[in-house]
Amino acid sequence: MGNPVTGIGAAVVRREDARFITGAGRYTDDIRVEGQAYAVFVRSPYAHARIVEIDCAQASEIPGVVAILTGDDMQADGIGSLPCGWNVTQKDGTDMRVPPHPPLATGHVNYVGDPVAVVVAESLETARQAAEAVAVEFDELPPVVDLATAQVSAEIHAGITHNLAYEWELGDREATDAALAGAAHVTRLDLVNNRLIPNAMEPRAALGIHDAATGEHTLYTTSQNPHLARLILSAFVNVAPEHKLRIIAPDVGGGFGSKIFVYGEETTVIWAARRLRRPVKWTADRSESFLADAHGRDHLTHAELGLDAEGRFVALKVHTVANLGAYLSTFASAVPTYLYGTLLAGQYRTPCIHVEVHGVYTNTAPVDAYRGAGRPEATYVVERIVENAARETGRDPAELRRLNMIRPEDFPYQTPVALVYDTGNYEQSLDRALELADYRGFSERRRQSAANGRRRGIGFACYIEACGLAPSRLAISLGAGVGLYESGEVRFNPTGSVTVFTGTHSHGQGHETTFAQVVSHRLGVPFEAVEVVHGDTGRIEFGLGTYGSRSLAVGGSALVLAADKVIEKGRLIAAHLMESSPDNVDFEDGAYRLKDSNRSMTIQEVAFASYVPGNYPDGLEPGLSEKAFYDPENFTYPAGTHIAEVEVDEQTGVVSLVNFIAVDDFGRIVNPLVVHGQVHGGVAQGVGQALLEVGRYDATGQLLTGTMMDYCLPRADDLPDFVVDTTVTPCTHNPLGVKGCGEAGAIGSPAAVMNAVTDALGVPDLAMPATPEKVWRELRRQREQA
Amino acid sequence: MYRFRHHRPATVDEAARIFSDCEDPAYLGGGMTLIPTMKQRLAAPTDLIDLGRVDGLSGIRVSGEEIRIGAFTRHADVAASREVIHAIPALASLARQIGDMQVRNRGTIGGSVANSDPAADYPAAVVALGATVHTNRRRIAGDDFFKDLFETALEPGEIITAIDFPIPARAAYRKFPQPASRYAIVGVMVAELGGKARVGVTGAGPCAFRATALEEALNRGFDAAHLEGVEIPDAGFNTDMHASAEYRAHLVGVMAGQALAAL
Ligand SMILES: Cc1cc2nc3c(=O)[nH]c(=O)nc-3n(C[C@H](O)[C@H](O)[C@H](O)COP(=O)(O)OP(=O)(O)OC[C@H]3O[C@@H](n4cnc5c(N)ncnc54)[C@H](O)[C@@H]3O)c2cc1C
Repeated sequence: MGNPVTGIGAAVVRREDARFITGAGRYTDDIRVEGQAYAVFVRSPYAHARIVEIDCAQASEIPGVVAILTGDDMQADGIGSLPCGWNVTQKDGTDMRVPPHPPLATGHVNYVGDPVAVVVAESLETARQAAEAVAVEFDELPPVVDLATAQVSAEIHAGITHNLAYEWELGDREATDAALAGAAHVTRLDLVNNRLIPNAMEPRAALGIHDAATGEHTLYTTSQNPHLARLILSAFVNVAPEHKLRIIAPDVGGGFGSKIFVYGEETTVIWAARRLRRPVKWTADRSESFLADAHGRDHLTHAELGLDAEGRFVALKVHTVANLGAYLSTFASAVPTYLYGTLLAGQYRTPCIHVEVHGVYTNTAPVDAYRGAGRPEATYVVERIVENAARETGRDPAELRRLNMIRPEDFPYQTPVALVYDTGNYEQSLDRALELADYRGFSERRRQSAANGRRRGIGFACYIEACGLAPSRLAISLGAGVGLYESGEVRFNPTGSVTVFTGTHSHGQGHETTFAQVVSHRLGVPFEAVEVVHGDTGRIEFGLGTYGSRSLAVGGSALVLAADKVIEKGRLIAAHLMESSPDNVDFEDGAYRLKDSNRSMTIQEVAFASYVPGNYPDGLEPGLSEKAFYDPENFTYPAGTHIAEVEVDEQTGVVSLVNFIAVDDFGRIVNPLVVHGQVHGGVAQGVGQALLEVGRYDATGQLLTGTMMDYCLPRADDLPDFVVDTTVTPCTHNPLGVKGCGEAGAIGSPAAVMNAVTDALGVPDLAMPATPEKVWRELRRQREQA
Repeated sequence: MYRFRHHRPATVDEAARIFSDCEDPAYLGGGMTLIPTMKQRLAAPTDLIDLGRVDGLSGIRVSGEEIRIGAFTRHADVAASREVIHAIPALASLARQIGDMQVRNRGTIGGSVANSDPAADYPAAVVALGATVHTNRRRIAGDDFFKDLFETALEPGEIITAIDFPIPARAAYRKFPQPASRYAIVGVMVAELGGKARVGVTGAGPCAFRATALEEALNRGFDAAHLEGVEIPDAGFNTDMHASAEYRAHLVGVMAGQALAAL
């Protein structure tokens, strides 16, 4: 049953928003402790150089400077290299090739912004001033910036030939080649997936505190996954033993993936705090965010799709060069491989698929997971080439998709690229989207636009994603360094309120609301009586964090298991108190009821009895608090159809998004308000990628788009009112039937928008973002040809 | 930001005197350009001479043929001014298109014009309307004011006090914004003044200028047909990652056409 106002399915207003929008949120930079000093990093102005000398003499003299530390100091203290947490096995069976990644550069710098030294001072201004006075002598080396030629350019890291981290493949190459050779039609497409710069609203920050009395290290930081950060910092980087390291991520203001990773700056801060016996605080400014947060995407791809005479897909072959940047960031290796190649079946029954990926180093900022992480890139390949195949063979793009879709009766469906989809109904979301888009009326709308000097185009994306990361055994067998289960704890307090602990950590997703809905629904206690605690390794047993649309599907499931344990223990107590046996006691809506009687007691009464165990079952431990770990059996597979409609101004080349429909299947929905919010934000980001955003370096490796004045994030007036709807096929293998909704918007929308743009222009491709000048040049080319 | 001294003079003369006494001074208008530059440590004046309390430096006055706008008048005040909306609606509309609300509430017309950012909006109006820039030392014709990228006819220490805009028979401004910054990639004001066409262009070149080819075309008649085929040479135009010189030249024509249609 559940409470219709606050239970599962209710559109509860996010309880955390009141503090966020009134400025009462508590972010890392808001935390100030007695005696804290301020860190400013000295960064490389060059993309590639040898560090000849770091001269701190003049800087150290500035009054108020506490210390200036370098990578050598760090190494001398035994601090290690930042690891990559996922080993990719190459197609020849060898391990990927990973260069050292010292938190502060030693010997060489490899991208503009690479931290070289840290200045710690009594004030931020002094630290800044001293950072400028640190004289670093560099010997410039030729930078490798262009992804297309990186494999034939100078070696960046000694011994890593061709700047190749790995050559990886998945699927049956021979069968795919044979099927393509026999295809009635082959569509070919070269694609650029543009580099994106995350730009969370809150920049990264860290406050390191070392307690000399206890030996405990506390690191307040902007993390999506504090336990994982602790594990890496202790086990691999050797900052402190795990039981002496507490990581607290208070409110986190967005991340989009960029706050999953363990970076040099945060590592430096906690180490420096111990070394200097002073709390040390660092907060990135916006320029540092641009330079030194891990970027996203950045692929070059060639794809071929074969069709038979009836339009059925017979094979898909994909070759991708993925930019990994200067070093291998925490999950960077997995993004263009296991989170990308495995998704290339899309929603279709393509029997043969082969993908080869070259992961390549360049002298640019490291590239890692960014909202969607591999899945937007896969969707972009599949949905762009399917659309082109429809155009080339004269088929309706919606109908070509329908013809090839995996049907409800095909589930569970084994794809040729490793995954097994559990459930879905792809035609249902396609049909709903076609209806909401008034697809039939499109040609009339196109005619009207043309009369106003505008070209109208429509584009589809029928995306799939694998979320709910991840079945641990599978992930570890594929190279993951950790399991990807989640932990949860449900604790009744004696007076009947409930404190919930989860290893996931919201950085804007509203977990304090949705998780409270789930637990209050399950336990039948008031929503207001449930408090969610997250983001602190000192309070939560363990956790893997929030990314990959996993929090509800995996973390929420762990809470359900824990709540069920609580209910079962409570049943023993209730049975005892009602003088019956447990199997005679039903639990529903927060109350234990004796079968065939009107006796009942609330779970809150039972909780009180558990803490005041006078009249209590023999041999049962007091208290009512249970923990659970949930390891998913499979990924979850959200899917849906996005349809974009654009108008292109003939004179200026400006593309306006005039209509956007998203119909998504996220399985069961706990809070539609939160789900819609996630879709809106994700779509906005995807539209940004398609029309506005690109992280660009010049030939020397200087970041050209290093400020908001040049890097174009989408704004409200760039976007129409989105039409958002959902269809529901519950996930078959988790207790909530949920799939995850955090990334879908960013996954489907770039392909939908670019399909609409290329439809309007009548071209097979235009590289994202479709900026006015690019579009104008294409229009002019067409006019000149005509 | 580096350390600096902050001065708050009450008169123009006092401001100028302080300026001449300081090592590396700068006048502070709304600070919307100067402060970010200082925060990024790209500028380091020793002394900021705040014009915010200087008597008589802000305000809008209409007198017969002209509107006088004090140098310290904020963009938001120009945008909302009944007098401006009535006399030169194109100027109010231009001011409304500058930056965002926060920027318009702080930024001043004097600061904008003194700065001669190649992508700023006001300069298009200064040249298109044949404005006169008043300083504490002289009057400078709008046509002679903008010299180059961030370079004007102002001498060191010279303070803009007001700008006179002649009221045109009609005028319109059209801006093609840079998508990220929303400054002008190209902005064009077309005006009819004393029976003649005047066309001011910002964004395209190193500083605002008059597009004489377009003016000549329009002097044959304020008609879109006359604009067709007019060549806008792109020599010396700006090229950056948002727009090439060639595209800017094309946009000058398009924006001029749109402004003409809005007259
Ligand atoms: C986010 C953002 C967006 C913006 N978008 C736009 C836009 O779309 N279009 C646009 O045109 N502008 C834009 N601007 C710039 C804005 O209009 C500024 O207000 C303007 O460029 C400078 O005016 P200010 O009063 O702030 O001058 P300040 O920043 O205080 O000063 C600028 C320069 O002028 C000098 N100065 C100031 N007043 C005088 C005076 N009376 N006499 C002599 N010298 C003086 C100063 O010494 C300094 O060198 C934007 C700014 C920001 C921050």
